[in-house]
Amino acid sequence: MNIVVNGQPVTTQAASLSDLLAEHGYGTAKVATAVNGTLAPASMRHEQEIVDGDQIEIVAPMQGG
Amino acid sequence: MKFYDEEISSRFLIGTALYPSPAIMLEAIKASRAEIVTVSLRRESGTEQAGQNFWSFIKDTGAKVLPNTAGCKSVKEAITTAHMAREIFETPWVKLEVIGEDDSLQPDVFGLVEAARILTEDGFQVFPYTTEDLVVAEKLIAAGCEILMPWGAPIGSGRGLNNIYGLRSLRAHFPNIPLIVDAGIGLPSHAVAAMELGYDAVLLNTAVAKAGDPVLMATAFALAIESGLQCYQADPIEKRDMAAPSTPVAGLPFWNQDHA
Repeated sequence: MNIVVNGQPVTTQAASLSDLLAEHGYGTAKVATAVNGTLAPASMRHEQEIVDGDQIEIVAPMQGG
Repeated sequence: MKFYDEEISSRFLIGTALYPSPAIMLEAIKASRAEIVTVSLRRESGTEQAGQNFWSFIKDTGAKVLPNTAGCKSVKEAITTAHMAREIFETPWVKLEVIGEDDSLQPDVFGLVEAARILTEDGFQVFPYTTEDLVVAEKLIAAGCEILMPWGAPIGSGRGLNNIYGLRSLRAHFPNIPLIVDAGIGLPSHAVAAMELGYDAVLLNTAVAKAGDPVLMATAFALAIESGLQCYQADPIEKRDMAAPSTPVAGLPFWNQDHA
């Protein structure tokens, strides 16, 4: 299926958000995730299904003012 | 003083962006003696994981983090960013920015008030980046904000306090709400001016990070903010138009009534 991850088109077979993170090499990185503009809590990533057309955001701490 | 339920002693809040290197950032934070640093969220690549290094640097400082929603242009973006920040930084604090105009990065105060209300109801402790507008300030407080962060001037402009009258009015109207000048500060004298108005703290980033010597500039700002605070606490004199001799006149040599 085709989804968008951090603004980039991605083809994936990942069934869940946690599978997607593993597939893209995030490992144990401290990240927060949103699916279609809504927070997908870390505790729910196993249950969070990925479907065609989903817009995923994966973010981490960064410098800010 | 308290920011929400946290006791704070340093009146200097400092940003973590734009430094020449992480090492200089850490030295500048140390020199600033700030207890609170602002941070943000950005898209993370699974292969590079740049955010992980940054986070380990910040944790080492021991500072409290104030995550921002920089770059958000809608209520929904700001709310989702705040939710992600709360999860990742494990704090209810959020520096709420809803930007309404690209050239000035002026807050969209309508969206700001709405987002502040929604986030407060959801348990956040909101630090709203706002203008000096009194009515907006009242609505933010009604929405649940217990702190206000009016701009001095547009972010990164270094112009100082564009509307001293407005900032003074805000202080007078809200004597018991912590007020932090956030953005637009360029020089330590601007920070002194903010503190002399009775502001509780100053938040800045660019003026330190982009200085030729960020560590020295962080020290300069720390001194300035402390100086301005002590000035306000010491109750300065009023301005007057005419001279008033500081040396007692009566009894001076050659003095007589005709001089009086």
